[in-house]
Amino acid sequence: MSRRVAQIVCAVFGVLMFLLFFSGHPTAKAITLAITTQYWQVIAAFALIVGAVSFVRVNVKAIQRRQDIPFRAIGLLGMISMPVLAIGWGIGGSSPFLWVFENIQAPMQSTVFALLAFFVASASLRGFRARSIPAAILLVSAVVMLLSRSWFESTTSSFLLTASDWLRNYPSMAARRAILIGIGLGSLTTSLRLIVGIERTWLGGSR
Amino acid sequence: MPPVPPIAIIAESEKWFDASKLPLFVIAIVVLGVVVLLWLMSRRGSSFTPRQIPGLKAVEDAIGRATEMARPVLYTPGWGGDIQRPTTIASMNILSQVAEKTAQYDCTLIYPTHDPVIQSVAQEVVSESYARSGFADRYRQEDVRYVSSSQFGYAAAVEGIITRTQPAAIFLLGTFEAESLILAETGNTVGAIQIAGTDSTIQLAFFIVACDYTLIGEELFVASGYLSGDKAILASVRAQDMLKIALAAFLLIAMVWVTFAPNSGWWKF
Repeated sequence: MSRRVAQIVCAVFGVLMFLLFFSGHPTAKAITLAITTQYWQVIAAFALIVGAVSFVRVNVKAIQRRQDIPFRAIGLLGMISMPVLAIGWGIGGSSPFLWVFENIQAPMQSTVFALLAFFVASASLRGFRARSIPAAILLVSAVVMLLSRSWFESTTSSFLLTASDWLRNYPSMAARRAILIGIGLGSLTTSLRLIVGIERTWLGGSR
Repeated sequence: MPPVPPIAIIAESEKWFDASKLPLFVIAIVVLGVVVLLWLMSRRGSSFTPRQIPGLKAVEDAIGRATEMARPVLYTPGWGGDIQRPTTIASMNILSQVAEKTAQYDCTLIYPTHDPVIQSVAQEVVSESYARSGFADRYRQEDVRYVSSSQFGYAAAVEGIITRTQPAAIFLLGTFEAESLILAETGNTVGAIQIAGTDSTIQLAFFIVACDYTLIGEELFVASGYLSGDKAILASVRAQDMLKIALAAFLLIAMVWVTFAPNSGWWKF
Protein backbone atom coordinates (compact mmCIF):
# COMPACT_ATOMS: atom_id res chain seq x y z
CA MET A 1 0.00 0.00 0.00
CA SER A 2 2.79 2.45 0.98
CA ARG A 3 4.53 1.69 -2.33
CA ARG A 4 1.33 2.44 -4.24
CA VAL A 5 1.01 5.80 -2.45
CA ALA A 6 4.67 6.65 -3.21
CA GLN A 7 4.13 5.74 -6.85
CA ILE A 8 1.01 7.92 -7.11
CA VAL A 9 2.81 10.86 -5.46
CA CYS A 10 5.73 10.37 -7.88
CA ALA A 11 3.40 10.27 -10.91
CA VAL A 12 1.37 13.33 -9.83
CA PHE A 13 4.43 15.47 -9.08
CA GLY A 14 6.22 14.18 -12.20
CA VAL A 15 3.35 15.21 -14.47
CA LEU A 16 2.95 18.51 -12.60
CA MET A 17 6.63 19.43 -12.93
CA PHE A 18 6.62 18.36 -16.60
CA LEU A 19 3.67 20.66 -17.37
CA LEU A 20 5.02 23.54 -15.27
CA PHE A 21 8.27 23.47 -17.24
CA PHE A 22 6.38 24.44 -20.39
CA SER A 23 4.51 27.32 -18.76
CA GLY A 24 5.69 30.90 -18.47
CA HIS A 25 2.81 32.05 -16.25
CA PRO A 26 3.87 33.71 -12.97
CA THR A 27 1.72 31.27 -10.97
CA ALA A 28 3.41 28.29 -12.64
CA LYS A 29 6.83 29.81 -11.99
CA ALA A 30 5.93 30.41 -8.33
CA ILE A 31 4.80 26.78 -7.89
CA THR A 32 7.99 25.50 -9.56
CA LEU A 33 10.10 27.70 -7.30
CA ALA A 34 8.24 26.56 -4.19
CA ILE A 35 8.67 22.85 -5.05
CA THR A 36 12.27 22.97 -6.25
CA THR A 37 13.68 25.27 -3.58
CA GLN A 38 11.46 25.72 -0.52
CA TYR A 39 10.00 22.20 -0.23
CA TRP A 40 13.37 20.74 -1.10
CA GLN A 41 15.09 22.71 1.65
CA VAL A 42 12.59 21.41 4.20
CA ILE A 43 13.18 17.80 3.07
CA ALA A 44 16.97 18.31 3.05
CA ALA A 45 16.92 19.80 6.57
CA PHE A 46 15.09 16.78 8.00
CA ALA A 47 17.26 14.38 5.99
CA LEU A 48 20.38 16.03 7.43
CA ILE A 49 19.22 14.95 10.90
CA VAL A 50 18.92 11.39 9.57
CA GLY A 51 22.44 11.69 8.09
CA ALA A 52 23.92 13.06 11.32
CA VAL A 53 22.29 10.32 13.42
CA SER A 54 23.60 7.69 10.98
CA PHE A 55 27.11 9.20 11.12
CA VAL A 56 27.16 9.16 14.92
CA ARG A 57 25.72 5.63 15.15
CA VAL A 58 28.19 4.15 12.63
CA ASN A 59 31.20 5.73 14.33
CA VAL A 60 30.12 5.00 17.92
CA LYS A 61 29.53 1.34 17.01
CA ALA A 62 32.94 1.15 15.37
CA ILE A 63 34.61 2.68 18.46
CA GLN A 64 32.79 0.13 20.66
CA ARG A 65 34.20 -2.62 18.42
CA ARG A 66 37.64 -0.91 18.71
CA GLN A 67 37.91 -0.35 14.94
CA ASP A 68 39.91 2.64 13.64
CA ILE A 69 39.41 4.52 16.90
CA PRO A 70 41.57 7.62 16.08
CA PHE A 71 39.77 8.31 12.76
CA ARG A 72 36.33 7.77 14.24
CA ALA A 73 37.07 9.93 17.29
CA ILE A 74 38.35 12.83 15.17
CA GLY A 75 35.30 12.55 12.90
CA LEU A 76 32.92 12.69 15.86
CA LEU A 77 34.89 15.50 17.50
CA GLY A 78 34.65 17.58 14.31
CA MET A 79 30.95 16.92 13.98
CA ILE A 80 30.19 17.91 17.57
CA SER A 81 32.60 20.85 17.89
CA MET A 82 31.58 22.82 14.78
CA PRO A 83 27.90 23.32 15.77
CA VAL A 84 29.00 24.09 19.35
CA LEU A 85 31.41 26.77 18.08
CA ALA A 86 28.80 28.20 15.71
CA ILE A 87 26.05 28.37 18.34
CA GLY A 88 28.35 29.59 21.12
CA TRP A 89 30.41 32.25 19.34
CA GLY A 90 28.65 32.75 15.98
CA ILE A 91 30.11 32.43 12.48
CA GLY A 92 31.35 36.02 12.06
CA GLY A 93 34.73 37.32 10.92
CA SER A 94 36.76 36.63 14.07
CA SER A 95 34.79 33.68 15.43
CA PRO A 96 36.44 30.37 16.41
CA PHE A 97 34.12 28.64 13.91
CA LEU A 98 35.60 30.61 10.99
CA TRP A 99 39.12 30.13 12.33
CA VAL A 100 38.64 26.34 12.37
CA PHE A 101 37.09 26.46 8.88
CA GLU A 102 39.89 28.56 7.38
CA ASN A 103 42.83 26.96 9.19
CA ILE A 104 41.81 23.32 9.48
CA GLN A 105 38.96 22.37 7.15
CA ALA A 106 39.99 24.38 4.06
CA PRO A 107 43.67 23.21 4.13
CA MET A 108 42.53 19.58 4.55
CA GLN A 109 40.21 19.92 1.55
CA SER A 110 43.03 21.46 -0.47
CA THR A 111 45.29 18.58 0.52
CA VAL A 112 42.84 15.98 -0.78
CA PHE A 113 42.33 18.01 -3.97
CA ALA A 114 46.11 18.21 -4.44
CA LEU A 115 46.26 14.40 -4.53
CA LEU A 116 44.55 14.68 -7.89
CA ALA A 117 47.76 15.89 -9.54
CA PHE A 118 49.55 12.64 -8.64
CA PHE A 119 46.56 10.50 -9.56
CA VAL A 120 46.33 12.21 -12.98
CA ALA A 121 50.01 11.41 -13.55
CA SER A 122 49.70 7.74 -12.55
CA ALA A 123 46.47 7.25 -14.54
CA SER A 124 48.02 8.91 -17.60
CA LEU A 125 51.05 6.67 -17.37
CA ARG A 126 48.81 3.58 -17.53
CA GLY A 127 46.34 4.97 -20.05
CA PHE A 128 48.72 6.37 -22.63
CA ARG A 129 50.46 3.16 -23.64
CA ALA A 130 50.48 2.62 -27.41
CA ARG A 131 49.27 -1.01 -27.27
CA SER A 132 46.84 -0.63 -30.17
CA ILE A 133 46.08 1.84 -32.96
CA PRO A 134 43.32 3.66 -30.98
CA ALA A 135 45.64 3.83 -27.94
CA ALA A 136 48.43 5.21 -30.15
CA ILE A 137 46.07 7.89 -31.54
CA LEU A 138 45.10 8.78 -27.96
CA LEU A 139 48.76 9.01 -26.99
CA VAL A 140 49.64 11.30 -29.93
CA SER A 141 46.61 13.51 -29.20
CA ALA A 142 47.58 13.73 -25.53
CA VAL A 143 51.16 14.67 -26.38
CA VAL A 144 49.96 17.40 -28.78
CA MET A 145 47.60 18.77 -26.11
CA LEU A 146 50.25 18.69 -23.40
CA LEU A 147 52.90 20.39 -25.53
CA SER A 148 50.48 23.04 -26.81
CA ARG A 149 49.68 24.05 -23.24
CA SER A 150 53.30 24.10 -22.01
CA TRP A 151 56.24 26.49 -22.40
CA PHE A 152 57.38 24.33 -25.36
CA GLU A 153 54.61 25.77 -27.52
CA SER A 154 56.15 29.25 -27.42
CA THR A 155 59.42 27.95 -28.87
CA THR A 156 57.85 26.39 -31.97
CA SER A 157 55.48 27.53 -34.71
CA SER A 158 51.76 27.92 -34.07
CA PHE A 159 51.16 24.43 -35.49
CA LEU A 160 50.80 22.79 -32.08
CA LEU A 161 48.23 25.32 -30.92
CA THR A 162 46.26 24.96 -34.18
CA ALA A 163 46.38 21.16 -33.93
CA SER A 164 45.25 21.11 -30.28
CA ASP A 165 42.39 23.53 -31.00
CA TRP A 166 41.30 21.33 -33.92
CA LEU A 167 41.38 18.25 -31.67
CA ARG A 168 39.24 19.96 -29.04
CA ASN A 169 36.77 21.59 -31.45
CA TYR A 170 36.12 18.69 -33.85
CA PRO A 171 36.85 15.07 -32.80
CA SER A 172 36.55 15.72 -29.07
CA MET A 173 33.46 17.93 -29.36
CA ALA A 174 31.75 15.49 -31.78
CA ALA A 175 32.28 12.59 -29.37
CA ARG A 176 31.15 14.66 -26.39
CA ARG A 177 27.95 15.74 -28.17
CA ALA A 178 27.16 12.16 -29.17
CA ILE A 179 27.50 11.09 -25.53
CA LEU A 180 25.40 14.07 -24.37
CA ILE A 181 22.61 13.14 -26.81
CA GLY A 182 22.61 9.62 -25.36
CA ILE A 183 22.56 10.98 -21.80
CA GLY A 184 19.70 13.35 -22.69
CA LEU A 185 17.61 10.55 -24.18
CA GLY A 186 18.48 8.27 -21.28
CA SER A 187 17.46 10.91 -18.71
CA LEU A 188 14.21 11.55 -20.56
CA THR A 189 13.22 7.88 -20.87
CA THR A 190 14.25 7.15 -17.25
CA SER A 191 12.09 10.05 -16.03
CA LEU A 192 9.16 8.90 -18.18
CA ARG A 193 9.57 5.33 -16.91
CA LEU A 194 9.31 6.65 -13.34
CA ILE A 195 6.30 8.87 -14.03
CA VAL A 196 4.41 6.20 -15.96
CA GLY A 197 5.30 3.56 -13.36
CA ILE A 198 7.28 1.19 -15.60
CA GLU A 199 10.38 1.59 -13.42
CA ARG A 200 9.75 0.71 -9.79
CA THR A 201 13.18 -0.44 -8.62
CA TRP A 202 13.62 2.89 -6.74
CA LEU A 203 10.76 1.76 -4.48
CA GLY A 204 12.95 -1.08 -3.28
CA GLY A 205 12.81 -3.36 -6.25
CA SER A 206 9.12 -4.13 -6.56
CA ARG A 207 8.52 -4.93 -10.22
CA MET B 1 7.04 46.98 -38.81
CA PRO B 2 6.69 49.05 -35.60
CA PRO B 3 8.86 48.01 -32.66
CA VAL B 4 7.17 45.74 -30.14
CA PRO B 5 6.77 47.52 -26.78
CA PRO B 6 8.51 45.72 -23.86
CA ILE B 7 5.21 45.17 -22.03
CA ALA B 8 3.96 43.03 -24.98
CA ILE B 9 7.08 40.83 -24.81
CA ILE B 10 6.55 40.23 -21.09
CA ALA B 11 2.89 39.38 -21.66
CA GLU B 12 3.84 36.85 -24.40
CA SER B 13 6.38 35.05 -22.18
CA GLU B 14 3.94 34.90 -19.26
CA LYS B 15 1.28 32.84 -21.02
CA TRP B 16 0.20 29.52 -19.55
CA PHE B 17 1.93 27.76 -22.45
CA ASP B 18 5.30 29.21 -23.45
CA ALA B 19 5.26 28.90 -27.26
CA SER B 20 9.06 29.05 -27.45
CA LYS B 21 9.16 25.59 -25.78
CA LEU B 22 6.75 24.01 -28.29
CA PRO B 23 9.43 21.98 -30.19
CA LEU B 24 10.71 20.55 -26.90
CA PHE B 25 7.16 19.72 -25.84
CA VAL B 26 6.51 17.91 -29.14
CA ILE B 27 9.76 15.91 -28.78
CA ALA B 28 8.85 14.94 -25.20
CA ILE B 29 5.39 13.80 -26.28
CA VAL B 30 6.87 11.78 -29.18
CA VAL B 31 9.36 10.12 -26.79
CA LEU B 32 6.56 9.38 -24.32
CA GLY B 33 4.43 7.94 -27.15
CA VAL B 34 7.20 5.62 -28.36
CA VAL B 35 8.01 4.46 -24.80
CA VAL B 36 4.35 3.74 -23.99
CA LEU B 37 3.77 2.04 -27.38
CA LEU B 38 6.67 -0.37 -26.91
CA TRP B 39 5.66 -0.95 -23.28
CA LEU B 40 2.17 -1.95 -24.44
CA MET B 41 3.73 -4.21 -27.10
CA SER B 42 5.81 -5.91 -24.41
CA ARG B 43 2.67 -6.50 -22.35
CA ARG B 44 1.10 -8.20 -25.36
CA GLY B 45 4.00 -10.62 -25.63
CA SER B 46 6.65 -8.90 -27.76
CA SER B 47 10.12 -9.48 -26.37
CA PHE B 48 13.14 -7.22 -26.78
CA THR B 49 16.66 -8.59 -26.51
CA PRO B 50 19.07 -6.08 -24.97
CA ARG B 51 22.33 -5.31 -26.75
CA GLN B 52 25.46 -6.57 -25.06
CA ILE B 53 27.15 -4.12 -22.69
CA PRO B 54 30.46 -5.51 -21.32
CA GLY B 55 30.35 -3.36 -18.16
CA LEU B 56 26.98 -4.81 -17.17
CA LYS B 57 27.95 -8.38 -18.06
CA ALA B 58 30.84 -7.97 -15.62
CA VAL B 59 28.63 -7.01 -12.65
CA GLU B 60 27.95 -10.60 -11.55
CA ASP B 61 31.59 -11.61 -12.12
CA ALA B 62 32.76 -8.70 -9.97
CA ILE B 63 30.45 -9.65 -7.07
CA GLY B 64 31.42 -13.32 -7.44
CA ARG B 65 35.08 -12.36 -7.28
CA ALA B 66 34.50 -10.34 -4.10
CA THR B 67 32.70 -13.31 -2.54
CA GLU B 68 35.51 -15.72 -3.41
CA MET B 69 38.10 -13.34 -1.96
CA ALA B 70 35.97 -12.75 1.17
CA ARG B 71 36.22 -9.00 0.59
CA PRO B 72 33.39 -6.45 0.43
CA VAL B 73 31.78 -4.71 -2.53
CA LEU B 74 31.81 -0.90 -2.46
CA TYR B 75 29.15 1.09 -4.29
CA THR B 76 29.06 4.89 -4.33
CA PRO B 77 26.97 7.36 -6.38
CA GLY B 78 29.51 10.22 -6.42
CA TRP B 79 29.37 13.67 -4.93
CA GLY B 80 27.84 15.62 -7.83
CA GLY B 81 24.26 14.44 -7.75
CA ASP B 82 21.21 14.58 -5.56
CA ILE B 83 18.12 12.43 -5.58
CA GLN B 84 16.43 14.71 -8.14
CA ARG B 85 18.85 13.76 -10.92
CA PRO B 86 17.86 10.97 -13.33
CA THR B 87 21.45 9.70 -13.05
CA THR B 88 21.04 9.12 -9.30
CA ILE B 89 17.73 7.32 -9.90
CA ALA B 90 19.42 5.18 -12.58
CA SER B 91 22.19 4.43 -10.08
CA MET B 92 19.58 3.40 -7.48
CA ASN B 93 18.08 1.00 -9.99
CA ILE B 94 21.48 -0.66 -10.50
CA LEU B 95 22.08 -0.65 -6.72
CA SER B 96 18.90 -2.66 -6.29
CA GLN B 97 20.23 -5.39 -8.61
CA VAL B 98 23.72 -5.34 -7.09
CA ALA B 99 22.29 -5.56 -3.55
CA GLU B 100 20.16 -8.54 -4.54
CA LYS B 101 23.26 -10.39 -5.73
CA THR B 102 25.42 -9.46 -2.71
CA ALA B 103 22.60 -10.75 -0.48
CA GLN B 104 22.48 -14.05 -2.36
CA TYR B 105 26.27 -14.46 -2.22
CA ASP B 106 26.49 -13.28 1.43
CA CYS B 107 28.95 -10.56 0.43
CA THR B 108 29.18 -7.27 2.36
CA LEU B 109 27.95 -4.24 0.44
CA ILE B 110 29.26 -0.85 1.59
CA TYR B 111 27.48 2.24 0.30
CA PRO B 112 28.99 5.60 1.38
CA THR B 113 27.22 8.75 0.19
CA HIS B 114 27.41 12.52 0.58
CA ASP B 115 23.68 13.17 0.76
CA PRO B 116 21.38 12.16 3.65
CA VAL B 117 18.39 11.96 1.27
CA ILE B 118 20.27 9.56 -1.00
CA GLN B 119 21.30 7.60 2.11
CA SER B 120 17.67 7.21 3.22
CA VAL B 121 16.54 6.07 -0.24
CA ALA B 122 19.54 3.74 -0.62
CA GLN B 123 18.88 2.14 2.78
CA GLU B 124 15.33 1.40 1.66
CA VAL B 125 16.45 0.06 -1.74
CA VAL B 126 19.15 -2.20 -0.25
CA SER B 127 16.92 -3.40 2.58
CA GLU B 128 14.14 -4.34 0.14
CA SER B 129 16.61 -6.07 -2.18
CA TYR B 130 17.93 -8.18 0.68
CA ALA B 131 14.39 -9.06 1.72
CA ARG B 132 13.43 -9.91 -1.88
CA SER B 133 16.35 -12.29 -2.22
CA GLY B 134 15.27 -14.05 0.98
CA PHE B 135 18.18 -12.93 3.18
CA ALA B 136 16.80 -9.96 5.08
CA ASP B 137 18.91 -10.92 8.12
CA ARG B 138 22.13 -10.22 6.15
CA TYR B 139 21.29 -6.52 5.75
CA ARG B 140 23.23 -4.14 8.01
CA GLN B 141 21.87 -0.61 8.07
CA GLU B 142 25.23 0.95 8.97
CA ASP B 143 26.77 -0.30 5.71
CA VAL B 144 24.68 2.31 3.86
CA ARG B 145 26.16 5.39 5.43
CA TYR B 146 26.36 9.15 5.13
CA VAL B 147 29.96 10.34 5.30
CA SER B 148 30.20 14.05 4.49
CA SER B 149 28.50 16.68 2.34
CA SER B 150 31.84 18.34 1.61
CA GLN B 151 33.29 17.24 -1.75
CA PHE B 152 36.78 16.41 -0.56
CA GLY B 153 35.55 15.30 2.85
CA TYR B 154 33.47 12.73 0.96
CA ALA B 155 36.43 11.84 -1.28
CA ALA B 156 38.73 11.39 1.73
CA ALA B 157 36.13 9.30 3.58
CA VAL B 158 35.51 6.96 0.63
CA GLU B 159 39.24 6.76 -0.06
CA GLY B 160 39.77 5.78 3.58
CA ILE B 161 37.04 3.14 3.45
CA ILE B 162 38.59 1.66 0.27
CA THR B 163 42.06 1.59 1.81
CA ARG B 164 40.90 0.03 5.09
CA THR B 165 38.33 -2.49 3.82
CA GLN B 166 40.14 -3.41 0.56
CA PRO B 167 36.99 -4.10 -1.50
CA ALA B 168 37.38 -6.58 -4.34
CA ALA B 169 34.75 -4.85 -6.48
CA ILE B 170 33.98 -1.13 -6.71
CA PHE B 171 30.97 0.40 -8.44
CA LEU B 172 31.29 4.12 -9.18
CA LEU B 173 27.89 4.83 -10.71
CA GLY B 174 26.26 8.25 -10.52
CA THR B 175 27.25 11.89 -10.89
CA PHE B 176 30.93 12.47 -10.22
CA GLU B 177 33.07 15.58 -10.25
CA ALA B 178 36.72 16.13 -9.30
CA GLU B 179 36.64 13.24 -6.84
CA SER B 180 36.20 10.68 -9.65
CA LEU B 181 39.89 10.06 -10.32
CA ILE B 182 40.80 10.12 -6.61
CA LEU B 183 38.37 7.27 -5.98
CA ALA B 184 39.14 5.34 -9.17
CA GLU B 185 42.89 5.47 -8.64
CA THR B 186 42.56 4.46 -4.98
CA GLY B 187 40.42 1.52 -6.09
CA ASN B 188 43.08 0.63 -8.62
CA THR B 189 45.81 0.60 -5.98
CA VAL B 190 43.90 -1.97 -3.86
CA GLY B 191 43.43 -4.19 -6.94
CA ALA B 192 39.64 -3.94 -7.09
CA ILE B 193 37.70 -4.68 -10.25
CA GLN B 194 36.03 -1.36 -11.03
CA ILE B 195 32.82 -0.65 -12.95
CA ALA B 196 32.09 3.03 -13.45
CA GLY B 197 29.51 5.17 -15.19
CA THR B 198 28.56 8.83 -15.05
CA ASP B 199 26.70 11.52 -16.97
CA SER B 200 29.67 13.88 -16.77
CA THR B 201 31.61 13.75 -20.06
CA ILE B 202 34.69 15.25 -18.40
CA GLN B 203 34.85 12.59 -15.68
CA LEU B 204 34.16 9.79 -18.19
CA ALA B 205 37.67 10.26 -19.56
CA PHE B 206 39.15 9.61 -16.11
CA PHE B 207 36.99 6.53 -15.59
CA ILE B 208 37.92 5.09 -18.99
CA VAL B 209 41.61 5.35 -18.08
CA ALA B 210 41.39 4.18 -14.46
CA CYS B 211 38.54 1.61 -14.38
CA ASP B 212 38.10 -1.86 -15.85
CA TYR B 213 34.65 -1.18 -17.33
CA THR B 214 32.94 2.13 -18.03
CA LEU B 215 29.29 2.67 -18.84
CA ILE B 216 29.26 5.48 -21.39
CA GLY B 217 26.38 7.88 -21.83
CA GLU B 218 22.98 6.22 -21.95
CA GLU B 219 24.37 2.80 -20.92
CA LEU B 220 23.99 3.91 -17.29
CA PHE B 221 20.26 4.46 -17.85
CA VAL B 222 19.60 1.09 -19.49
CA ALA B 223 21.42 -0.91 -16.83
CA SER B 224 18.40 -1.68 -14.64
CA GLY B 225 16.55 -3.23 -17.61
CA TYR B 226 19.62 -5.18 -18.64
CA LEU B 227 20.31 -6.55 -15.16
CA SER B 228 16.71 -7.29 -14.17
CA GLY B 229 15.54 -8.58 -17.55
CA ASP B 230 12.25 -6.82 -16.88
CA LYS B 231 10.25 -6.81 -20.14
CA ALA B 232 8.69 -3.39 -19.63
CA ILE B 233 12.02 -1.73 -18.89
CA LEU B 234 13.66 -3.50 -21.84
CA ALA B 235 10.87 -2.18 -24.07
CA SER B 236 11.65 1.38 -22.96
CA VAL B 237 15.34 0.71 -23.62
CA ARG B 238 14.41 -0.36 -27.16
CA ALA B 239 12.40 2.86 -27.50
CA GLN B 240 15.46 4.80 -26.40
CA ASP B 241 17.59 3.07 -29.05
CA MET B 242 15.00 3.75 -31.76
CA LEU B 243 14.87 7.42 -30.82
CA LYS B 244 18.64 7.62 -30.90
CA ILE B 245 18.71 6.16 -34.41
CA ALA B 246 16.00 8.62 -35.50
CA LEU B 247 17.96 11.51 -34.03
CA ALA B 248 21.17 10.38 -35.73
CA ALA B 249 19.32 10.11 -39.06
CA PHE B 250 17.91 13.61 -38.57
CA LEU B 251 21.38 14.99 -37.82
CA LEU B 252 22.82 13.34 -40.95
CA ILE B 253 20.04 14.67 -43.18
CA ALA B 254 20.36 18.16 -41.67
CA MET B 255 24.14 18.05 -42.14
CA VAL B 256 23.88 17.11 -45.84
CA TRP B 257 21.07 19.63 -46.36
CA VAL B 258 22.97 22.54 -44.83
CA THR B 259 26.05 21.62 -46.91
CA PHE B 260 24.12 22.08 -50.16
CA ALA B 261 21.76 24.83 -48.95
CA PRO B 262 23.64 26.87 -46.34
CA ASN B 263 20.86 29.47 -46.04
CA SER B 264 18.10 27.00 -45.18
CA GLY B 265 17.08 26.76 -41.56
CA TRP B 266 14.16 24.30 -41.40
CA TRP B 267 16.23 22.01 -39.18
CA LYS B 268 16.75 24.67 -36.51
CA PHE B 269 14.42 24.60 -33.53
